[in-house]
Amino acid sequence: MKLRTLVWREMFERKSQMLTCFMAILLGITAVVSIKNVTHYSEKAVARELDSLGANVLVLPKSVTLQDYYSADMHDEVIPEEYVMRLTMSDIEGVDNLSPKLNVPVEVGGRKFAFTGILPKSEFQAKAAWAGAGIFSRPMGCGAIDVGGEPEPEDKKTIVRKRVIKDLGSHEVLIGSEVADLQGIAEGDSLTLLGEPFSVIAVLPETGTVDDSRIFGHLHTVQRLAGKGEVVNCIEIVGCCKEIAAGLVGGVNKLLPDAKVVTVKQVVATQQNVNGTMERVSLIFLIIIVVVGGAGIANYMFSNVYERRREIGTLMALGAESGVVLRIFLLKALLLGLAGGVGGYVIGTTIAVTLGPQLAGVPVLPMPVLALWGVGISVGITLVASYIPARRAAGLDPVATFQEV
Amino acid sequence: MLSMEEVSKSYPHRGQAVKALGGATIHIPAGDFVSIVGPSGSGKSTLLLMLGGMLSPTAGRVLLKSESIYDLQSAGRARLRRENIGFVFQTFNLVPYLTAQENVQVPMFLAGMEGEAQAERSAALLERVGLGDRLDHKPAELSVGQQQRVALARMLANDPAVILADEPTGNLDPETASQVIGFFEEFNQEGRTIVMVTHDPRAAARARRTLRLVEGRIVDESHGNNALHIA
Ligand SMILES: Nc1ncnc2c1ncn2[C@@H]1O[C@H](COP(=O)(O)OP(=O)(O)OP(=O)(O)O)[C@@H](O)[C@H]1O
Ligand SMILES: [Mg+2]
Repeated sequence: MKLRTLVWREMFERKSQMLTCFMAILLGITAVVSIKNVTHYSEKAVARELDSLGANVLVLPKSVTLQDYYSADMHDEVIPEEYVMRLTMSDIEGVDNLSPKLNVPVEVGGRKFAFTGILPKSEFQAKAAWAGAGIFSRPMGCGAIDVGGEPEPEDKKTIVRKRVIKDLGSHEVLIGSEVADLQGIAEGDSLTLLGEPFSVIAVLPETGTVDDSRIFGHLHTVQRLAGKGEVVNCIEIVGCCKEIAAGLVGGVNKLLPDAKVVTVKQVVATQQNVNGTMERVSLIFLIIIVVVGGAGIANYMFSNVYERRREIGTLMALGAESGVVLRIFLLKALLLGLAGGVGGYVIGTTIAVTLGPQLAGVPVLPMPVLALWGVGISVGITLVASYIPARRAAGLDPVATFQEV
Repeated sequence: MLSMEEVSKSYPHRGQAVKALGGATIHIPAGDFVSIVGPSGSGKSTLLLMLGGMLSPTAGRVLLKSESIYDLQSAGRARLRRENIGFVFQTFNLVPYLTAQENVQVPMFLAGMEGEAQAERSAALLERVGLGDRLDHKPAELSVGQQQRVALARMLANDPAVILADEPTGNLDPETASQVIGFFEEFNQEGRTIVMVTHDPRAAARARRTLRLVEGRIVDESHGNNALHIA
């Protein structure tokens, strides 16, 4: 017999009441943990986007509203490809690269994917060199955006990091990791898209964005297959550094008055808003568990003390000091709090990891630090809420508990 | 061993004092077996609780081994109960969610006995009261008489010098009652001092002496067959 045994046995003797208030705590912690977890990764993704794409500017058709940088070209509106040339020949400063894109839906093995046409860098350079002027002849000296990590060799996969590729043949494609996984396609395979054969020259590494379910091909091939003429859905301007992005917008606006010009900052603003809202929602949940869960625990503990007053009186007659009685109830509160915190963390993390990617569009991983938070909050609430009931138990008059039958 | 000096007790009740015991003086030497009888409401339980350090008197002193127990702090009285006193209740007051063995272990746990010793001693005590085969039964899975025997085993847990019993046979059939009193006689022969409140004249007669309480006063003292003669 230990204090633990005594508390443990009692808890499992009368489960139903305990479960009700335990659920309040458990659900509250679950909600807080899952929201915090998703928000954290969403914020990280926003920060990463700002960091790696902060200098970039998107040129879009006027009527398009966009939510996500990576799917900026996923719509039906178009702008003329000629804009690319205008940009290339302009005197705008600080542009490292241009990446026009056009999408056409394709079916591979019964599933729909986006066939995205891109223009390899070699073609601008050729044009620019031919024109003898333009933006690429005045490098700002800050080079391409480096997101850290080891410097990858200049190969086809740079599309992932630098948003641009150097060379691409008219019947060559690069495929996203998800497409490759789903269809079992490897490098060197050939693929028939819209009736034409293509050879897969690379499978791109996973990015966690819509790029994973794309097939990249040459812009002019996609234009021909789409049959819409020399148009693009979007032009991505890769700026040389963040400081220039804002200034770039003004220049591009003047140059292309019929297009919409958007910075990455503006794109992520929506997501930042959502994150801010989630932050507030989780605060509301926190207040709810503190109030509802705390009141539930306190109420349960009071009635538990009342029900067990005879038992408490007996313990005192057997020589229990009031401190022992206090500890019995506080240990019970501690166990409830621990269970609520750990359970809430496990369930909340499971929800975040499984549903988070769909809700926030970012991969979500478990965050051990939230276990500390969950358990801390939960134990804090149960202990505080149980303190007064426990004190009441410890202060019971044992004689009074015997007199009533 | 136990004594009361001019002890009275009034309960406050709706602003008025209800007198439960008035100026009782009792001396109970070590090894005595006293039964307390009297009509309902005469103050028997009140007296017993005060002897056990559970209820402070309005006036007078209660001494255990010549220590005035109500001059101690409540923690001190708890220790005193743990070490010296075993209570037996009419309603047994077993902890419903613990097994027989665990119920017997509770006082040992309170006294800080180590787990293995607890298990051993509690099994031996239950064996002694004839429940060696009921260690894992919860109170609800035991007959009423068996429950009282578990309570007896629990009372012996810390080897108390003094046993205080409030109508220990009140809920039992005559045969089981007689068996329980038999245990008390046995405990008394081991040298334990027993004070037993009872309504049952046959139970009272088996004590060494009987105190009669009427309206909070000791009116009469009679000696049983096996009275302990003290100077
Ligand atoms: N908590 C209390 N508040 C007020 N009065 C009380 C309280 N407890 C007991 N009394 C009164 O004190 C008197 C003695 O009560 P006590 O319980 O000691 O009687 P008793 O002799 O044990 O009776 P019984 O044989 O019925 O158990 C009674 O008149 C009772 O009404
Ligand atoms: Mg009584």
